[in-house]
Amino acid sequence: MKVKVSKSRKVFLVINFIVMALVVFVTLYPFIYLIAQSFSSDRAVAAGKVSFYPIEFTTATYKYVLKKIEFYQFYANTILYGIFGTIISVAATAILAYPLSKNRLRLNKFFIPFCIFTMYFSGGMIPNYILVAQWLHLRDTVWAILLPGAISTFNLLLMKSFFAGLPEELEEAAAIDGMGTYSIFTKIVVPLSKPIIATMCLFYLVGLWNEWFGPFIYLDTKSKWPVALWVRQLVEGANNVELGSGAEESQITTTIKSASMVLTSLPIICVYPFVQKYFVKGMTMGAVKG
Amino acid sequence: MGKDKIELTQTQHSIKKSHSLLKHIKKEWKLYTFLIIPIAYYIIFKYIPMAGNIIAFRKYKGGSNIFGTTWVGFRYFNQFLKDESFWKAFANTLRLSISYIAIRFPATLIFALLLNEMKNLKAKKFVQTVSYLPHFISLVVVCGMIKEIVGLTGPINSFISLLGGEKIAFISLPNWFSTIYITSGVWQALGWGTILYLTAMTSINMELYEAAAIDGAGKLKQALHITIPGIMPTIMTLLILDIGGIMTSTNMQKVLLLYNPLTQEKADIIGTYVYRMGIAGGNFSYATAVGLFEGIIGLILVTTANTLSKKFTESSLW
Repeated sequence: MKVKVSKSRKVFLVINFIVMALVVFVTLYPFIYLIAQSFSSDRAVAAGKVSFYPIEFTTATYKYVLKKIEFYQFYANTILYGIFGTIISVAATAILAYPLSKNRLRLNKFFIPFCIFTMYFSGGMIPNYILVAQWLHLRDTVWAILLPGAISTFNLLLMKSFFAGLPEELEEAAAIDGMGTYSIFTKIVVPLSKPIIATMCLFYLVGLWNEWFGPFIYLDTKSKWPVALWVRQLVEGANNVELGSGAEESQITTTIKSASMVLTSLPIICVYPFVQKYFVKGMTMGAVKG
Repeated sequence: MGKDKIELTQTQHSIKKSHSLLKHIKKEWKLYTFLIIPIAYYIIFKYIPMAGNIIAFRKYKGGSNIFGTTWVGFRYFNQFLKDESFWKAFANTLRLSISYIAIRFPATLIFALLLNEMKNLKAKKFVQTVSYLPHFISLVVVCGMIKEIVGLTGPINSFISLLGGEKIAFISLPNWFSTIYITSGVWQALGWGTILYLTAMTSINMELYEAAAIDGAGKLKQALHITIPGIMPTIMTLLILDIGGIMTSTNMQKVLLLYNPLTQEKADIIGTYVYRMGIAGGNFSYATAVGLFEGIIGLILVTTANTLSKKFTESSLW
């Protein structure tokens, strides 16, 4: 038995379809434009002829960028920082979240608010900068990028609520069998927590991949830059030309900028359709627990 | 019920408590050792910078003690409160973030309601996946794209000249800054912002809709009288977060990537002002004072929003 669809309902469905199609188009258009530019000739781009597809199709821009040794250097830095930073962050978050998830630990009454408070009030940009650059002397080292944001309190709370949901009996049984606290964590809790560990790795990895401000204020040596910071320089440099300064950067054409942006985002664009569900799960889990 | 049975005098109670606390730590010390490194991290990288705000009241010289050298009281506060460019940044921060929330908030809610009406699940999944994409893209790339799209050779200007209009150098015009900032912000956040609404919608009892349909309520009425009340706690929570973040959540990094000397008067926000004065300009104490001012207003806002919400609705952050 099918309910008869009223006329106004039909009109609504059509309008809704149009709105959705529009959202999809508007969301994707900047990427389409970027890709179209990166495969077009400089002349066509400079004349403003490109809008949806490449004009005077060429792969010369990509060949040019991919021939640059520094591009690989920056890319390798990003990968390196991503991997190391993720390992540090996930490990630190896990060993903090685990004891915080145990209700029987009485000092958690202090430690949990101690961590949560930092979500609402933080030291601010300058004290952080002074701490990292002038007190700990981490300026121009990779630690300045990896350490200050090592633990995200939001991620900490996600992991804590996951640990809290693990069946207590398994750990109790292992303890009765004479297993120590540390072995219980590494041999029982960690294997059971693969889903949340994978989610955390993704969260931190994407954050590190896109990070540019930390490197921007702390890394003086260009060979240490991640690719995002290099792209920023390309974009800004070429912009200065528009504003009438920075003659040195005038070699950077719009097509080079576009191709670099495409190459920087490519891994994320390729991977995110498959991993977005973990992010969504993490978001909703965090919301439930607050 | 048996509360008065275990009543002890204050001192007895506290002696007993501290004694058993020691016993408790002795018993659980191995678990507590997990905390050492991460809590040290929190102290060093979160709480020391908090304490470092003290240099807002003290003179700080590069390389000296992180907590400064001599007390100067409210000197730096008096200085920035008299600075015209601070007040410009202050006004810009409020203007940008309030107008951004005013547009993004309803847009996200409406988009979530419309998504919820999609009956073709595959199409719905597709729209959702696409709409999440901007959330994952680096801010550097997002801002690079913005500059190209609104640039003189970009598609918007091509369209304008197609219609016979004069090209506009959007990125160098102060009055266009908020439009660029807000539009691109909605583009970035629209899809991602629906997640919590859609999750909340799935927990609404379907029978309510069936009953309403039998009573002859159309989809619009159902949305207004069932869906929206059903997700009200989520709406309120997100609204508290937004209002609490009015001072602090304007995306300083994004403004830093998008503005330039030509647009600064309308684009400069407190975050970029602090950056320019402090990190770029080396006036650390002055910039810290401004940052502290912002942080405290932010804390007051989020606490107030939370208290109000607790009072008038059932939802709150803590």
